[in-house]
Amino acid sequence: MKLLRAILVRLATMSVTLIGAAVVVFFVIRVVPGNPIAMMLPPGASEEDIARLTAHYGLDKTIFQQFGIWLSGVFQGDFGTSISLRQPVMPLVLGRLPATLELAIFALVIAVVIGGALALTGVRHRETRTETAVDVANGVGLSIPDFLWALILIVLFGVLMPIFHISGRISPSLDLPFVTQFYVFESLFRLRFDLWWDLLKHMFMPALALAIPLAAIISQLLKQSLKETMHLDYVTLSRTKGYSENHVILSEALPNAVLPTLTLIGVQFTFLIGGTVIIERLFSYEGLGNMAIDAVINRDLPLIQGIVIVFALLFTIINLVVDMTYALLNPRLRHA
Amino acid sequence: MSAFLTVHNLSAVLHGFDQRVLRSVSFSIDTGEVLGLVGESGAGKSMIGKAILGILPSAISIIEGEILLDGQDLQKMKPADRRRLIGATAALIPQDPLTALNPSRRIEPQITNRLVDILGWIKSDARVRAMELLNEVHIDNPERVMASYPHELSGGMRQRVLIASAFAANPKLVIADEPTTALDVTVQKQILRLIRELQARHSTAMVFVTHDLGVVSKVCQRLSVLYGGKIIENSSVPDFFQGPKHAYSRALLAATPKYTDPDASLLPVDEAVIEAVAAEVLAADKEWRHGA
Ligand SMILES: Nc1ncnc2c1ncn2[C@@H]1O[C@H](COP(=O)(O)OP(=O)(O)OP(=O)(O)O)[C@@H](O)[C@H]1O
Ligand SMILES: [Mg+2]
Repeated sequence: MKLLRAILVRLATMSVTLIGAAVVVFFVIRVVPGNPIAMMLPPGASEEDIARLTAHYGLDKTIFQQFGIWLSGVFQGDFGTSISLRQPVMPLVLGRLPATLELAIFALVIAVVIGGALALTGVRHRETRTETAVDVANGVGLSIPDFLWALILIVLFGVLMPIFHISGRISPSLDLPFVTQFYVFESLFRLRFDLWWDLLKHMFMPALALAIPLAAIISQLLKQSLKETMHLDYVTLSRTKGYSENHVILSEALPNAVLPTLTLIGVQFTFLIGGTVIIERLFSYEGLGNMAIDAVINRDLPLIQGIVIVFALLFTIINLVVDMTYALLNPRLRHA
Repeated sequence: MSAFLTVHNLSAVLHGFDQRVLRSVSFSIDTGEVLGLVGESGAGKSMIGKAILGILPSAISIIEGEILLDGQDLQKMKPADRRRLIGATAALIPQDPLTALNPSRRIEPQITNRLVDILGWIKSDARVRAMELLNEVHIDNPERVMASYPHELSGGMRQRVLIASAFAANPKLVIADEPTTALDVTVQKQILRLIRELQARHSTAMVFVTHDLGVVSKVCQRLSVLYGGKIIENSSVPDFFQGPKHAYSRALLAATPKYTDPDASLLPVDEAVIEAVAAEVLAADKEWRHGA
């Protein structure tokens, strides 16, 4: 009963968030200057042509009428037609979403692995030079934003030591057997490790650029809470039972110390997804973020709206998953 | 009867400071015997327990002396062997039952983990043993308690669990560091009786750290009075309560509440006595430096 209520409350807040995002983006992009129709037509198009196209896309109506039309379409699953690409918005957006999701998840995995390893190393060797080195690494990771990391990585591993690809999602010469857009997952599923490896080699640089700042944040917070936990009585008590330092850190301290980091990862992961917009551009990676920039340049209002809605939905889902994981891992909440 | 634990001439320092936090501490405990460690706050009572159990804070290290546990010199052992020996033969009953249990783990593994992970018991045997122990500490529904998380139990209940966990591997030595201070008065008595009962039944050697001389008279056979990390007086309990040898001990005894004369205990310890004992500690330090 309690659970049911919690779920209902949750669904309600999620809907409010989505509607809020829809309203804000709809009105804001219509307030900023720039005419999508003018962007489409060659210079010197007649007044008549402009008026005809404007009417075709419904842009001659008042802003509230436009909103009403758009919203009623949305409830029927129709997000309108892209002005610049002349195709329905939703299939376009959903076609690009998997590429961005794969990039973001890969970046998250890298961040958790690097951040976790740094934090554990720092705690295992606390109050030594190793911990200082970890602190320095965290400081560097945090003080440089992801897009600058992207440029640094492009120069280092794309130009000076060209070991990784710095452009695109997969080598264009390859034949692709994929039926979904989740190339990385599908290549694994089909046991096509050659394709999988090519994808990873393309994804690694942009994912690393996205991951470094997050890795530093994870490392910093996790190390801090681990160090605090290591002083707690139950950790000390487990030492007297004969456990090694490694065991004490990994199985007594870590499960409790990880909770605040988990919440933080949830919040930061949404920022990371926001970061894909610029990173995908820098690495010519064909994801949703890259599409978003094109949409903005072309003043493609329906496409911008569609992308924003999908991003907003993604963020609310991530928050939900984080909260559920937190409740699952924390027995005090589980029984509350 | 031979001493199960011998601490000989043990000194420890805080890094970066010249002063010792433990000053040539020596004592020994026989199997089945309870030694009380008393002294004011900061005297180093917990520090002695931590040194024995190998859990000194990283800023504090032992600079001289021996700790012989079951005849083995802990200082000379490899860290992994030392940990195992301590885990297999000694146990701690901590001060604060609210913080001494891992909040994200059920009670059962917190009682049985030493048996399974360190001593190599099989899980089902360890479980049977845990049930037995919870019965011994007078918990009526051991099944339910074992499946609970710490936050679902009261403070007194948790201390019972911690006592059960301490006695799980039939330790030869138990260190109880103010095991009742965090509990309310009615529960204190039960827990004290329980510790005494288990100690007697298993003939455990025990170090009992406390502020309360009244408790010492009930639980311990001998006691050591500490001041500034130095043992001021070693005595048997009957002798001590007949009349302590050291002026500081007398002052400490006088400051203990008595039912017959409650007002007397409200007087602070005489400053002259404190100064004298502090001077004595410093003089001993000087002598120690010359010797070293
Ligand atoms: N982590 C630490 N770092 C530095 N000094 C410490 C640390 N822990 C304790 N000390 C110092 O060591 C001395 C002995 O402390 P200890 O905890 O053994 O006192 P205690 O006799 O147990 O007191 P209490 O009755 O308050 O528990 C104190 O002077 C204290 O300031
Ligand atoms: Mg203490």
